[in-house]
Amino acid sequence: MPTLQDYKGRQPAWCPGCGNFSILRAFNEAMVELGLSPHEFVIVSGIGQAGKFPHYTRCNTFNGLHGRTLPVATGIKLANHALKVFAVAGDGDCYGEGGNHLIHAIRRNIDIKLFVHDNQIYGLTKGQASPTSMKGMVTKTQPFGVFSEQFNPLAMAIALDCSFVARGFAGDIEHLKYLFKEAINHKGFAIIDILQPCVSFNKINTFEWYKQRVYRIPEEYDPYDRTKAFEKSLEWGDKIPIGIIYKKEKPTFEENIPIIKEKPLVTHEPYLEKLKEIMEKFY
Amino acid sequence: MDYSIKIGGEAGQGIQTIGDTLAHIFARAGYYVFTHQDYESRIRGGHNFYQIRISDKQITASRTPIDILVAFDLESINQHEKELTVQGHVLYDSSHLKQKFEKSNFLDVPLTELALTYGGNKIMANTVAVGAVLGMLGMNPEIMYEMIRKTFMKKGDQIVQANLKSAEAGYKFAKEKCLTCSFMLSGFEKRKMLITGNEAIGLGAIASGVKFYSAYPMTPSTGIFNFVAENAKDFGIVVEQAEDEIAAINMALGASFAGVRAMTGTSGGGFALMVEGVSLAAMTETPIVIALAQRPGPATGLPTRTEQADLLFALFAGHGEFPKVIFAPGSPEQAFYLTNKAFDLAEKYQIPAIILTDQYLADSQWSYLEFDLSRLKYKDYRLRGDNFRNLKEYKRHLLTETGISPLGVPGDSNHLVVTDSDEHDEEGHIIEDADTRIKMVEKRLFKKLPFIKKEISPPNLYGEGNPEIVLVCWGSTYGIVKEIVEELSDRFRIAMLHFSEIYPFSEEKSWLKILQNAKLTINIEQNATSQFARLIMMETGLEIKKHINRFDGRPFTVDELKEKVYAYIAGL
Repeated sequence: MPTLQDYKGRQPAWCPGCGNFSILRAFNEAMVELGLSPHEFVIVSGIGQAGKFPHYTRCNTFNGLHGRTLPVATGIKLANHALKVFAVAGDGDCYGEGGNHLIHAIRRNIDIKLFVHDNQIYGLTKGQASPTSMKGMVTKTQPFGVFSEQFNPLAMAIALDCSFVARGFAGDIEHLKYLFKEAINHKGFAIIDILQPCVSFNKINTFEWYKQRVYRIPEEYDPYDRTKAFEKSLEWGDKIPIGIIYKKEKPTFEENIPIIKEKPLVTHEPYLEKLKEIMEKFY
Repeated sequence: MDYSIKIGGEAGQGIQTIGDTLAHIFARAGYYVFTHQDYESRIRGGHNFYQIRISDKQITASRTPIDILVAFDLESINQHEKELTVQGHVLYDSSHLKQKFEKSNFLDVPLTELALTYGGNKIMANTVAVGAVLGMLGMNPEIMYEMIRKTFMKKGDQIVQANLKSAEAGYKFAKEKCLTCSFMLSGFEKRKMLITGNEAIGLGAIASGVKFYSAYPMTPSTGIFNFVAENAKDFGIVVEQAEDEIAAINMALGASFAGVRAMTGTSGGGFALMVEGVSLAAMTETPIVIALAQRPGPATGLPTRTEQADLLFALFAGHGEFPKVIFAPGSPEQAFYLTNKAFDLAEKYQIPAIILTDQYLADSQWSYLEFDLSRLKYKDYRLRGDNFRNLKEYKRHLLTETGISPLGVPGDSNHLVVTDSDEHDEEGHIIEDADTRIKMVEKRLFKKLPFIKKEISPPNLYGEGNPEIVLVCWGSTYGIVKEIVEELSDRFRIAMLHFSEIYPFSEEKSWLKILQNAKLTINIEQNATSQFARLIMMETGLEIKKHINRFDGRPFTVDELKEKVYAYIAGL
């Protein structure tokens, strides 16, 4: 069985006190508790502080381009659906640059787990507004404050009938670990939007700010009720819910492809002996 | 024997169906066939044509003079009557064109009426037209009947019989009524295969073991996507229509990283979106094959027409410095084998390989006796299964003498496969230090490049071995320039120097001497700025001073280009 020692990666270059450290700890503990070994899954990450995540744990890694985690993850999953595939991205990465890919990955319901480190700010480029920044936030590049509506990833995911929609908080490691495990055990596309304080650049949504507002969704809540889930996803302000907001059981994208029904694509030899047959089509 | 048939009309009138049917009948009869199409970016209306040339000898281009013009609209007659040869004829239906022509070489065939009488449905008019063309040519109709049976078999006996009767009616009508038709067809030979550039690339990919193809539809590359998708089930290929070209290339890279051969295809505008992905492939050393079917730009340009203006764009595509391979096949045959070579080199050297075609090559059909499948190469360069499992130590980006690191399949072993778009160390982890950076650049670029160059074949010299006149060209102009060289070779010491493996340049540079010794070198390109001549200058310092360029979106024609070559020869 894997131990936490197996998940000891490179030395993180995050700021001291960064919310990413708690997310990393929750993730590593979840992997150990699930009995997953590092070679059994791939993390595809993008660019931003979250993009460095796979280097600081241990796993097969494709640290790709800004915004492009989900297409790469989709290609990996289709080529080898025996591998577990996780995508780790930031709010700018996934909701800004890669927004189109998010919509279509949810539509496909490919069995990828997306973990978005949502600090409501651009950290790596030093403090510009992100799609989830709240209205009015003044930054170097938004000198008159943010005018655009705050992006609501959970409401959008529910609108697209995403099969697993959750919100976690970096300040509640036990709960986040539970969400990781639930998402990984769920069949289909899963998104966890993880509220993550940025100690260097986000002076509004601080650890204290979140702590005063965040509450765990009570156990009696039914995540299969889409209308209630939509209502829950709109809660933001004085009270911010964390937990599984919406769930829907449905076939995954890869289950619909007859070619890979029997076994993963990567184990198929090329069918070169059939070439003579196809040549006949040209006569 | 050398005849050309042009079918003209509005989009949606069945021009392509008639053209394809005729082309396949001729190829089945054993004639060499060449077809090309000219169509507008619309689904209905406009003026479009489909041109078929048949011969008993190998042909590689369309010719301007036409022998039979099948006119479905008046525009076809207005535009193309002047292209008729002395014995040329027009086939039309006066009830359809609402006009009767009294000229002796105009054959009025009541296509719709015959379709209703013999086929019971006016939809059979296309089949009547096919029969009528064969009747005018005086070709034995047996092969036509055989093809009709084969094509409509699935639709039931009633449909087969209706088509057979319609074809026969058209055939008999034309044979009896066209008193001035004096075409002489040669006897049937061994059947020929008929293939487009797009199909040849798709076929080459399948023959190279492609397992994953993701793309966003874009003219004129969509034919490759269609072909691979049609054969996906039989060859175990996953195809996915991505949300955009950025996703298309990233999905292909993901699939390649996971251990399968992957490809994407697009045209200039889509390739522009893919460019960051080309750079990603280079940095992560993930093999990928990209088909880039050019059309005239900038921006949306002329979507259904042809141009060779993305060569330098493809050459410089991707931020940063890294090796890539660019092939520009001149024919479907070259496209087939070069696609195979692109897959081999992409995987062997873990680099992006681009197959550069254009609308002209993508859509034109060529005929061949057969493709030699024994010339194909398939070698799996990936580290997988037990070979990977039993390895003591593994580093994805290990520094080696050749610059090539072991390409492990993630999940096959306890060893982790780690790669990064950031500069990374041998294990694939993000780094910043200068020493590692230098070593990695040397590995990716300087160590690999000499080996890649050794794989590249020199240009193909066609014609006179010690020529006075050399026509330099690349990619899809091959067939057109070849015919010019053939025609002029009895009067001049002339040759074509055709480049199909265009980047990097081969180490073998004896062709430079040929150009230096020639009295006249003419560079021929389907673009405005002679991009390939610039590449030659950049790579060799040699400047070609005489150019023929065409950039109106239409392919060169043999006859027009020959005149331009003549003009230069006359100035010698």
